[in-house]
Order: sequence, then C-alpha cells, then structure tokens
Amino acid sequence: MKKVKPKIQKSQIVIAAVLILIVTLWTVPTLGVFITSFRDSKDIYSSGWWSVLPHKDIVKTVEIELPQDIDPDGPITLEGHTANFNQWREGIEVSEGRILRWYGNKRSRIVEVYEKKWVGFGANLTLSNYRDVLAAGTVTFEDAQGNQITRQGNNFADAVLNSIAVSIPATVIPILIAAFAAYAFAWMEFPGRKPLFIMIVGLLVVPLQIALIPILRDFTAWGLNGTFVSMWLAHTGFGLPLAVYLLYNYISTLPRDIFESAYLDGATPFTTFVLLVIPLSVPALASFAIFQFLWVWNDYLVALIFLGDKNRVVTSALAAMVGEKGQDWHLLTSGAFMSMIIPLMVFFGLQRFFVKGLMAGSVKG
Amino acid sequence: MLTDLINRPKTSKRYVLVLVLITFAILIGGFVLLQKMQNVKILMTLFAVVWGVGSAALLYFTMNSIAQSLPRKMRSVAVAIVFAGPAVLILFWALVLPTLRTFWFSFFDATGSKFVGLKNYMFAFTDPIMLESFRNNLLWMIFGTSTCVILGLLIAVLGDKSKHEKVFKSLIFMPMAISFVGAGVIWKFVYAYKGQGINIVEIGLLNAIVTAFGGEAQPWLLVPFWNNFFLIFIMVWLQTGYAMVIISSAIKAIPSSLNEAARVDGANGFTIFFKITVPFIMPTIITVTTTILIFSLKLFDIVRVMTGGNYGTNVIANEFYLRQFTYGNTGEASAIAIVLLVVIVPVLYYNLKEFRSRKVLK
Repeated sequence: MKKVKPKIQKSQIVIAAVLILIVTLWTVPTLGVFITSFRDSKDIYSSGWWSVLPHKDIVKTVEIELPQDIDPDGPITLEGHTANFNQWREGIEVSEGRILRWYGNKRSRIVEVYEKKWVGFGANLTLSNYRDVLAAGTVTFEDAQGNQITRQGNNFADAVLNSIAVSIPATVIPILIAAFAAYAFAWMEFPGRKPLFIMIVGLLVVPLQIALIPILRDFTAWGLNGTFVSMWLAHTGFGLPLAVYLLYNYISTLPRDIFESAYLDGATPFTTFVLLVIPLSVPALASFAIFQFLWVWNDYLVALIFLGDKNRVVTSALAAMVGEKGQDWHLLTSGAFMSMIIPLMVFFGLQRFFVKGLMAGSVKG
Repeated sequence: MLTDLINRPKTSKRYVLVLVLITFAILIGGFVLLQKMQNVKILMTLFAVVWGVGSAALLYFTMNSIAQSLPRKMRSVAVAIVFAGPAVLILFWALVLPTLRTFWFSFFDATGSKFVGLKNYMFAFTDPIMLESFRNNLLWMIFGTSTCVILGLLIAVLGDKSKHEKVFKSLIFMPMAISFVGAGVIWKFVYAYKGQGINIVEIGLLNAIVTAFGGEAQPWLLVPFWNNFFLIFIMVWLQTGYAMVIISSAIKAIPSSLNEAARVDGANGFTIFFKITVPFIMPTIITVTTTILIFSLKLFDIVRVMTGGNYGTNVIANEFYLRQFTYGNTGEASAIAIVLLVVIVPVLYYNLKEFRSRKVLK
C-alpha cells in the first residue's frame, strides 16, 4: 500500500504538466492579441506584447555627462574600469548587471548606464485603439518610424450593431420554425411525414456552398441583396435541418398525456404548442439558440456573399481590415477583440447549455 | 388578451381577412421602413430585431387562424401544413432546389447561357489549381481531423483524472466561440514576421521563440507546403475543444465497474485506455471524426483570411469562392460545389443508415 501513494501523485504531476502545457498553447495566442489591443501603436512595432508582462531586462537607467577634461582618444577610466573609446562604445560591464556604454561620437561625452531591472509594470497602455477602430471618421496614429498616418476609421460600432440585427432574428426565426415543424413531425399525422423527415436528416450534411449561387440569384431577382432579411432567410435555411432534428429529438420525448388532456380541454394544436410545448422545451430551445447565435455571429461566408459591403457585420469588417491594413496591429487586435467580446460573453455565461446543444447534434450542414 | 385571441372559439371569415391584411401591411411596411432607417443605426438595429422576430410569430398566428377558419374536415391537414409547411418550404428553397439548380448550372458556361457538357468537371478534376486544392484538402482532412480527435481524446482522458478539469476544459473549449476571422487575426499575429537583419525585433510569438533559441526568423505563411500545416493548426486550435467535450461525456458514461474490474485484474493505465476506454467510446469517436472531416472539407474562412489561397495553400471551398465571386464563372464554381457534395455523399449515406437503425421516427 505504501508504494501506491507516491506513484499516484507522480502521475498526477505528469497529467497536470501536460494539461497546463496544452492550456498554455491554447490561451496564450488570445492573450497576446488581448494585450496588444491595449498597447500604443508605436510600441507594438518595437517590442513583442510579452514585454508588457513584468520581467527582468537590461534597461537604460541614467545618462552620465562626462566632464570636458576627459580625453576621448586616450584610455578612459570610469567606475574603476579603464578602457579605450571603442571598448566603451561596445559597452563594459562594470559590476554585476551594471553596464556602461558611450553614447554617440567622441564629442558627445555621454555615457549611458544600463541595469538589469524588473520592468513591465509601468507599461504604456491605452484605450485609443478601441476608439480608433470603433470610429467612423478619420483616425490618425504614429507608425513605427514615427510617421503620422491618417486613415478612414473602421466604423466597428456600426458593424457590431449590424451583427446584432442579423444574429438575433437569425437565431429566433429558425428556432420558431423548427419548433413548429418538430412538433408536427412528432405528434401530428399528415401525408409524407416520414419521407420529409428523412429528407431533413439527409440535408444535415449538405455543404452550404452548394446553395449559395442559386440563392444569390433569387435574392438578386427579389431585390433582397444586402438586406438583413436576406441574411435571416439564408441562415434560417442553413440552420433548419439541425434545429428540426434536435428539437424533434426533444419534443418527441414529451409525454403524450399532456397533449391529450389539453385537447380534451378544448385547446387547439396552436394553443397547446404556445402554452405547453414551448415552455416545456426551454432547455432544448436555449441550447440550440446559443449554438445558432454563435454560428451566425461568427459566420463570414454567408455575410460576405449576401450582405457585401452594405450593412457590413463584424466578421466582414475584420476580414476587410486584415486585407487592407495587414500591418496595423493596433487596429487589427482591437477589432478582433471587439468581434469576440459578445460571443465570448455568451460562451462563458451559458457554457453549460452550449455544451448540451453541441452534444445533442454532432453534425451541422 | 393573447390567450383570448388564441382561444377564440370560432374564427369568422371577416376576422381572418382583416388579420391577413394587417399581416401583409406589417411585413411590407416594416421592410420598407427598415431600408429607410440606415442612418439611425441603433434605432434600426432595435427595429430589425423586433420586426424580424415579430413578423415570423405573426405569420404563424395568421396562418393558424386561416387554418382554423376552414371547414372541420380539412382542418387537421391544414393545421399540419401550417406547422410543418414553412420549414419544409424553406428547406426546399434553401437546400433541395439549390442542389438541383447548382447541378444544372455545372453543365453550362461562365454566364449560364451555353451548354458545355462535362467541360467544367474536366476543369474541376484536371486544373493544376484544383489538383493543388485537392491535395491541400486531403492534408486538412487527414492531419487536421486526426490531430483534433487525438488531442481531444488525450485531453478528455487526462482531464478526467485531474482535479481542475472544468477550468482546463473550458479554456481549451473557448476558441469554439471565436470566429475564424477572429482566429485568423490571432494566429496571423503569432506567425508575424518582420524580416531578417540587425535591430529587428520580432513581434510575432513564434519567431520570437525561434530566435530566442538561436534559430532564424521565418515568414511562416509563405513557406510552401509547410504553410498548410500552420493553417491546419488554427483549425486544430478551434476544433479540439469540440472533440474533447463530446469524447469527455462519452468517457464519463463508461460504467466505473468496468474500470475497477480491469484494475483488479492488474491492468495498467495504458491497457485500460486501449482495451476498455477506446472500444467503449468508438461510436462517439466515429461521430466526432465524421463531423470534423466534413467541416475540414468545407473549410474556407481560415484560408481566405490568412493567405487568400496563395502560396500553395488553396482549398476547394476557397477556389469555389474565387471562381464564382472573383472570376464570375458560375459553371466552374457549380462544378466545384457538386464535387464537394459528391465527396460528402458517403457521410450522408452513413448518417441516414445510422438514423434508420436507431428507429427515431415511430
């Protein structure tokens, strides 16, 4: 027995080490973007984002101005060390972690003192990147070389509003339609019930690429291109197979008795659906709602094709920034965070429902 | 008030007619109003949400009233049509008909006016760009999927034995909430490259690590062939959480008596893993693999945002996008979409077979 205990602990350490390694790999890239989004545009080019974290580094602490009588051509003695000009220019470690280095030419007579110190506490953090990325007007900032750059703002505030206008109806409408259909398939008799339902299951795997060209033609013919309605319709179509399938699985398990007693009380199927089925199905509806919301919010392809530049959503706005301003990391990182903040809130807030929704349906078209 | 309306015993013809007119007025009026509100964004957003959701609900209410006003004999079928009809109709419009229409387009030229027979399919299977895309998609499917599933399995098994399972799992799961475009920015920053020379400080994490260990900074996304793997890793980063969650719940469903019996018989961790855990959760592993496989076949956003399909990283779905929306060649794009569908058909078949064997539909 005695031998078993330390063995378990040892394996626990290995497990923890592997998990910590993976978690680090999984979170550090996001952390880097998050930190960078608060850094000054000039700082981003001159040092990695990790330099914001407290760490020990060799930094310049003071400058010493040497007296005029020192002869730069002869040997120079500073803090007990003697060396010639070129050696001082290279820099000499005079004591543990203290480096002296001649600055500029011989006439400058300035010596810089470098010391190993804890740095990163007083990092130059700012919210102006967010202001710049949200703004609709022009934005000025300084690039790596110190040039003033003026650009059109990215108008992310509008993009966020557009995303909301697209995502909420594109989440609720398919759920509403799917719930009605799931109820019909589970509890009603009508011709073609079985083949139609098998068709829905089959449609679960159809790639949406196949539908894009015909639907785009319809939207052009109907004058719907670039409208929110086109996005609602498209996302409803693409989300429906999974929604019907999942809600069917749930609604078909509700006990038959409650419907029967409702009918006996004179309720119509519509009343039963609104007053009984919907309230009883809240867990299934909620978990699919989160799933669909994240899917719509994060979608890029459908928005790119049906919305275009008109009513641009956050993913399109961000992708356009990557294309146009691939090196403006201060705008890109803050833009990326603007696009992630709402889905991350939904994710962390409603994680348990989301997981349930994922596990119920493992195929999405 | 609402229940009064819903429970209305007998719906008169006049009432239904008025209701239909009001519904049409709200649908069309709301649409026109929405288009005119472009300049007042916040108001527009609110209106879009309320009108969009409200209209959908109103439509059902009106359709149900119409059905209820019909003679008793037709009523039950009419109600079923009201309930299931919209879903079936939208699915036909959004998925079934488009499949047929795309198939039809694939035999025509760029503008869809001249019949060209199998020419577009000849292109889809012989063009060097398409061959490169096929190769890359194969890489995505093989390496992307297997890495996701194996890593997901590893984390699920290890997490099961850890005290802080929930924290680990939700952090690894977190990228599921991030869009591909957002992930593209995150990883573009990791792979950032500033060039070689003195006084150049790498701001990309990967190059900083490589140079810290004495290596040479690389433009990771421009290195032919290997850049595919740097892109694939982004998908792994996004999808491993999904595999982990599903596999983890399957592992939790393994009866503990099974593990205990094996331990009593002297089996070690590895034996238990390969002889009990993996066989037990095999159906789940297959489901997860299938899902990620389909996913990686259709993958588009990562490549689009990171390289645009240049430098030898093109994939089928991106070439579809380019053909249709950049070059305006509907024929070739349609043929590519059909190829995507054909590749997925075996999965479709498997799905239906499994669905039937479970006898979900009574």
